[in-house]
Amino acid sequence: MLKIKNLYSSINNTLIIKNLNLKIKNGEIHILMGPNGSGKSTLSYIITGKPKYKINKGEIIFCKKKINELSPDKISKLGIFLSFQNPIEIDGITMFNFLKILKKKNNFKKLYKLCKILNIDKKDLYRFFNLGFSGGEKKKNEILQMLILKPKFIILDEIDSGLDIDTIKYLFKIIKIYLKNNPKCSLLIITHNTSIIKYIIPNKVHIIYNGSIILSGNSELIYKIEKIGYNGLIKKKYNDKK
Amino acid sequence: MNKTFKKTLKQKKYNYGFYTKVKSKTFPLGLNSMIIKRLSKIKNEPKWMTKLRLKSYYHWKNNKKYPEWANLKYKKLNFNKISYFSGIKNKKDKKIIKTFDKLGLPIKNNKKTISIDYVFDSISINTTYNKILKKHGIIFCSISEAIIKYQKLIKKYLGSVVPYYDNFYSSLNTAVFSDGSFCYIPKGIKCPIDLSTYFRINNGKIGQFERTLIIVDEGGSVSYLEGCTAPIRQNNQLHAAVVELIALKNSKIKYSTVQNWYPGDKHGKGGIYNFVTKRGICKKKSKISWIQVETGSSVTWKYPSCILEGDNSIGEFRSISLSKNYQQIDTGSKMIHIGKNTSSLIISKGISTNYSKNTYRGLVKICKSAKNSKNYTQCDSLLIGNKCSTYTYPNIISMNKTSKIEHESTISKVEDEQIFYCNQRGISKDKAMSIIVSGFSYNIINKLPLEFALEAKELLKIELENSVG
Repeated sequence: MLKIKNLYSSINNTLIIKNLNLKIKNGEIHILMGPNGSGKSTLSYIITGKPKYKINKGEIIFCKKKINELSPDKISKLGIFLSFQNPIEIDGITMFNFLKILKKKNNFKKLYKLCKILNIDKKDLYRFFNLGFSGGEKKKNEILQMLILKPKFIILDEIDSGLDIDTIKYLFKIIKIYLKNNPKCSLLIITHNTSIIKYIIPNKVHIIYNGSIILSGNSELIYKIEKIGYNGLIKKKYNDKK
Repeated sequence: MNKTFKKTLKQKKYNYGFYTKVKSKTFPLGLNSMIIKRLSKIKNEPKWMTKLRLKSYYHWKNNKKYPEWANLKYKKLNFNKISYFSGIKNKKDKKIIKTFDKLGLPIKNNKKTISIDYVFDSISINTTYNKILKKHGIIFCSISEAIIKYQKLIKKYLGSVVPYYDNFYSSLNTAVFSDGSFCYIPKGIKCPIDLSTYFRINNGKIGQFERTLIIVDEGGSVSYLEGCTAPIRQNNQLHAAVVELIALKNSKIKYSTVQNWYPGDKHGKGGIYNFVTKRGICKKKSKISWIQVETGSSVTWKYPSCILEGDNSIGEFRSISLSKNYQQIDTGSKMIHIGKNTSSLIISKGISTNYSKNTYRGLVKICKSAKNSKNYTQCDSLLIGNKCSTYTYPNIISMNKTSKIEHESTISKVEDEQIFYCNQRGISKDKAMSIIVSGFSYNIINKLPLEFALEAKELLKIELENSVG
């Protein structure tokens, strides 16, 4: 589904992604982990085409199509969805109006149904977009949009940060149902929290450090991080090399 | 602002920029007492009116102090290079009817349930729905007609709120005003349909001097709308209007404007100079609401105001102004509290794009007599791009201790983050921008009468779709 080859990317002439390679097959769940500032969120922005980031070298291929140079709205339309770490607010536009722009066929009935699934109060549809929403409400709104857009590839950027256990559990339950119904859909979870393993079992785990993926493995890797931390892992890797 | 963003910087087409070729009688350029006498004569005006015009003219001529205090930069006008009257010869000319059809405001078969007074250059063409209005005793006609037919009302109220000596443009306007609307709502009558005037400048050298007077008698109410467009021209044209509102005891006036004069091209060439004095007086327990959507004109100078003379009266001002290219807007409101328990509200929202300049200038004055009065002011500015600018000049004076004044002001930028978020949901850049702008203007637009609200929304949308910089 997604293939990133020898990717180099920079922002304001500073190289932030260096020789990154990643391959995600149809229906796979990958977790991308790494310490703060290692380039996790950056990678999600680059995949989704955020204009500030420049791709210096390499390519990103999605469903056999090169997407490096596409505009973010076109990338979205190919079926890539990013759940933001910090979703923005828009004053004066109700949730309902915004969701209607996403998909014209959205009517009250359909939206009410989705809200019910997500445990969102119907009244929230008439509130302004994310304005005054709690962290949990904002993240639910992200997943609501995901269900509306029905993407082929989902990136969850720190979906678990700032949420209580019950909400995280519940959101992952819904995401899993979505994956079950769309078996070809792939998922990339970005987090620095090892407890993610409690909610979902990945096919692969990657450690990103200083702009490149330095380690890949299965869920065992997460337990290792839990034991010796990112620093321990990084040190170990460089020692092994020597 | 990123590069891909700048690529979409295109000039929006001004859809109303066509010119109608009609036979008309146009005065030679320049202004003198002869011109004024001739103007007055053409209009068959009574002698006192001619006298008032001349008095204003001499006042203007002798006290000619060009107002330069506004936050505007433009070439000084040469008042001798303007024609002060252009009247078409045949009011029933099919071309005129076609013009208004083209503007989406058909004179005949008008499906809109509003009464419209059509002003073309210097004269009023037609007023629709007169019969229904007459049934209620409502007078709605051109001011020229009113000066002849309703002399008593005109003598009493014309210039009572904006006297001829009030400012530079009010003097000029009183001397040379050609047409506009007059409206009188009798005691206890709530006007059953919206009244409206549509101003069109057609002739290239003419200055349009609009004069509007609205009187609502005790307990009455009216909702009045005003719209304007002009052809695309290389040179600047002048539109200097005076609007007076008189709200007697327990009455209500809602005055909405959608101003879409030709704004000039993308280099700032051409466009209308819009210098307007709008003011209303509120008697006991009455209410005046000004609502304006300003998207046109190369220069706008406009401060719709309320004099809250009567106890418990209310003044409101809601404005959304969008400036682009090299447009300059200096607008705001004055609320003068005189009566007890008076309250006023000012909500001003400015959106600046490209190289434009958007200024809010306001005065809230609470006199000693205005005990227990209150004002709330909110000024929000939205900047799009990094070449435009926004300014706020609030002036607040309170002369008693029992009154309450609140002022809130915000400046925000449309952030790349917001745009990117919308993009990520498959929404195009232009659409994203118009979502954010329409959200920003939400609480002004939803106060407009429905039909106007749709138009204004469309205007704000179209304007932005291709002019994002």
